[in-house]
Amino acid sequence: MKTTYKNVFRDGPISSSFIAQSIAKHQSKTRIGAHNIFLGQVRADMIDGNEVVAIDYSAYEEMANKKFHEIRETTFKKFNLTCMHIYHSLGMVKSGEICLFVFVSSPRRKEVFKALEYVVETMKAEAPVFGKEIFEDQSHQWKINS
Amino acid sequence: MLVEIKYFGMLAEITGCSSEQLNVSIKKIGEIKELVLDKYPDLRNKDFRMAQNHELVSDATMITGQEIAILPPFAGG
Repeated sequence: MKTTYKNVFRDGPISSSFIAQSIAKHQSKTRIGAHNIFLGQVRADMIDGNEVVAIDYSAYEEMANKKFHEIRETTFKKFNLTCMHIYHSLGMVKSGEICLFVFVSSPRRKEVFKALEYVVETMKAEAPVFGKEIFEDQSHQWKINS
Repeated sequence: MLVEIKYFGMLAEITGCSSEQLNVSIKKIGEIKELVLDKYPDLRNKDFRMAQNHELVSDATMITGQEIAILPPFAGG
């Protein structure tokens, strides 16, 4: 039987209103004392005089959603978290727009600092997401995480 | 055995397709890799990893006849 995992992908950029609504939804969870949020933003890198104007994201979605699920499970085991949300863009995200939104919450602050770094670093290393950097002259190159 | 090979990102640009089915009589992932490299010589100077059934695998892993993916460097976030 094929297992389906929660889909972390969203078409296009992640809007500030989506992020704000996500924060507002936590007001009823009154055991939480600390949130920590990571927002990945598309950077207008200048490469050989050509500026990156957007990144076109694609992914091996089935495997990536499985990896994100495993990262969630491991993170909940390692840290005392109340909840965690991860969203990643697919398709075109212009420079200055948000492509990654990671949101962790806990009763106490120290856990969320450690947990957020763990989630972001593990996700960058293990999730099969690919980024085509589009330049202003419409040429492109493939991004590689450093 | 019929296996589905998926290509992503810069590798799909080289192969000109995002997936194809290959009928193979071989046993290990490393042999699939050689077959694909023979078919698309331009992949030889590219960095990639292989996954089977959504898990990264090594050349020595046995083929189970399902989905095999050829993955360029990850760039999420």
